[in-house]
Amino acid sequence: MPSDKIMLLGVNHKTTPVEIREKIALADGYEQPLAAMKNITGLREYYLLSTCNRVELLLVTEAGNSVKDAIVDFLFGDTVTREESSQYLYILHDREAVHHLFMVAASLDSMVVGEAQILGQLKQAYRHAAHFGCTGPLLNKLIHKSFSVAKRVRTETAIGSHAVSISYAAVQLAKKIFGNLSDKKVLLIGAGEMAELAAEHLVGQGVGSVTVANRTLARAVALAQRFNGSAVSMEELVAQLKHVDIIISSTGATEIILRKDAVKSVMRARMNRPLFFIDIAVPRDLDPGLNELENVYLYDIDDLSNVVQINKSERDKEAVKAARIVDEETLKFERWFNGLAVTPTIQALKKKMDEIGQLELDRTLARMPDMTDSERENLARMVAAITTKILHDPLMFLKSESCAGRDNSDLKVTTVRELFGLENKKDEQ
Amino acid sequence: MEEINYLLFQSALGITFTAAAAYLVFFVSQNNKIRKLARMILLVSGVVQTLYIGSRFVLAGHTPITSQHEAVAFFAWATTWAYLSFRWRYTVKNFGTFVSILIFCQLLIASFSQRDFSPLVPALQSAWLPVHAGVSIIAYGFLSLAFCGGLMYLLQERELKSKKFGYFFARFPSLDALDQLNNHCLTAGFVFLTLGIVTGSIWARQAWGTYWQWDPKETWSLITWFLYLVQLHQRFTVGWRGKRAAVMAIVGFAAVIFTLWGVPYLLGGVHSYAK
Repeated sequence: MPSDKIMLLGVNHKTTPVEIREKIALADGYEQPLAAMKNITGLREYYLLSTCNRVELLLVTEAGNSVKDAIVDFLFGDTVTREESSQYLYILHDREAVHHLFMVAASLDSMVVGEAQILGQLKQAYRHAAHFGCTGPLLNKLIHKSFSVAKRVRTETAIGSHAVSISYAAVQLAKKIFGNLSDKKVLLIGAGEMAELAAEHLVGQGVGSVTVANRTLARAVALAQRFNGSAVSMEELVAQLKHVDIIISSTGATEIILRKDAVKSVMRARMNRPLFFIDIAVPRDLDPGLNELENVYLYDIDDLSNVVQINKSERDKEAVKAARIVDEETLKFERWFNGLAVTPTIQALKKKMDEIGQLELDRTLARMPDMTDSERENLARMVAAITTKILHDPLMFLKSESCAGRDNSDLKVTTVRELFGLENKKDEQ
Repeated sequence: MEEINYLLFQSALGITFTAAAAYLVFFVSQNNKIRKLARMILLVSGVVQTLYIGSRFVLAGHTPITSQHEAVAFFAWATTWAYLSFRWRYTVKNFGTFVSILIFCQLLIASFSQRDFSPLVPALQSAWLPVHAGVSIIAYGFLSLAFCGGLMYLLQERELKSKKFGYFFARFPSLDALDQLNNHCLTAGFVFLTLGIVTGSIWARQAWGTYWQWDPKETWSLITWFLYLVQLHQRFTVGWRGKRAAVMAIVGFAAVIFTLWGVPYLLGGVHSYAK
């Protein structure tokens, strides 16, 4: 193990209630906390990730220098005592820390497993840390590795492709029916919260326009404004069906508000262009018979929940695959990290030199069969002397004491490894 | 030369089998590298099929489209190139899997038929032969694509309607994409089919002095043509689409197959293949 320690401290949605999390959420951006951390002694490299679900610090510390208390004080300040904080905070070292970082990047530790947002947040956090010069060779390598792990998980598993909320399921179904949503129009009947959410997702997928129909027109107008849409009254409902493609209904009505016959006559006027009804009201707003009409698709809240259930179980299967990839990559990183230590580097360097020397010696001797034994010995001694002398300076460089009180052995190890091509060999194993 | 000709057909059959197998692997694994590979193999198959037909043309001295074997091999060739030309314009997810299996089936059927060369009967010795028969079979190529699209539409629609999502759901394209595919293939196929009937009619006038003589194949071609005409007309005027269009594409294709195989064997007539 190299002299440096990787350490990860953090709180997330699983360990910590939101009341505590919001006390440390670093709302005013990354600049100020990153600057403040410069004053903590014993920190070699550091980086900070802050999202609404987690705050995590990834540190490279000098061996034998415990920075834990200083960091905890920095995180919680005076608001939470050290004893109290220890029940929320998770502190991971080395292998576990790397594993956790990879899990986060691959979105396996997220509230909604598989959502892609976290990778963007991680990249942004890294940009800030790198910009302020907080990261060094080790964190640069580690964090970039986490990006590629996330990418690998995304391409090799289908973890991100399963819609696991009602509104995402609605979008997924709409795409299966219409393909391209950009020229499709959405009609919201009633202004419920869930309908709003579904409409938001559809707008996020680029639907053409949103129309809102509501009993109280004022509420319809207000909601329509949010989506740059228009408002209509409930009496215009059937007339509107000629123009829209996706209908989300969530009124508080106790009766069916749209009957099969009404829609059937509209289909003729629509030239049979498909209609997708989403009924998320309980009791239901729409006639269940609608689904029997040609080119009409009706999904109620139970149908959508079923889709979500199926997707969840699919996603869990993929998560197992993804976790295996993370384990694998953690192991690879650990091997690389261990190789960073000075002693194995010296050994690897000596071994490589000896091998080259021996190889060339054997070749030369094979071409000169007439040599006497003593001549052979002399030649071998010469080769050994050359390799030793070549190695002298690099070894001194590796073993030299830290300069200006800063131990930069990992930088030196990286340099020597790259210079002598020891890096690639390690990766191939 | 005949050996080369024989080998060309066998290799076309083998390559198409490989392409269909690769497409199936892609269908299961959804690995894009395999899809690219499958597409390349199918392209090679298209080239080999072209070489086969070319070599047969040289050996026979006329367009090789007069025996059962030749007509079906030409049919497979038309389907392959209709798909490849289509594929070049836009992609429909996993469509290649269905089409490549269909092409393989066509070649397999062709491989079981008598492959001897037979001299051209005097009635067929005309420059109209390649035009009339070629155009008609190219039409069949596009119509067989519409058949595959229709089949996929029905499978996908059933899952969406019944809300039971099986194996195909995630792997199939959207209903809209399949419906458009149907529309394009039917339109292209219908244009070629019309040309085939018109050129045949002109040829009949030259050969027998009458445009139309109600030969069984002529009758059935007309029935097929009307089936597609109704479908296109209804789509244009009252919006027959989706499931109805998919069913019509399948029914139309059944009529095509009957015209191609059923008529010469069951009903005979001047269009019968050389024996």
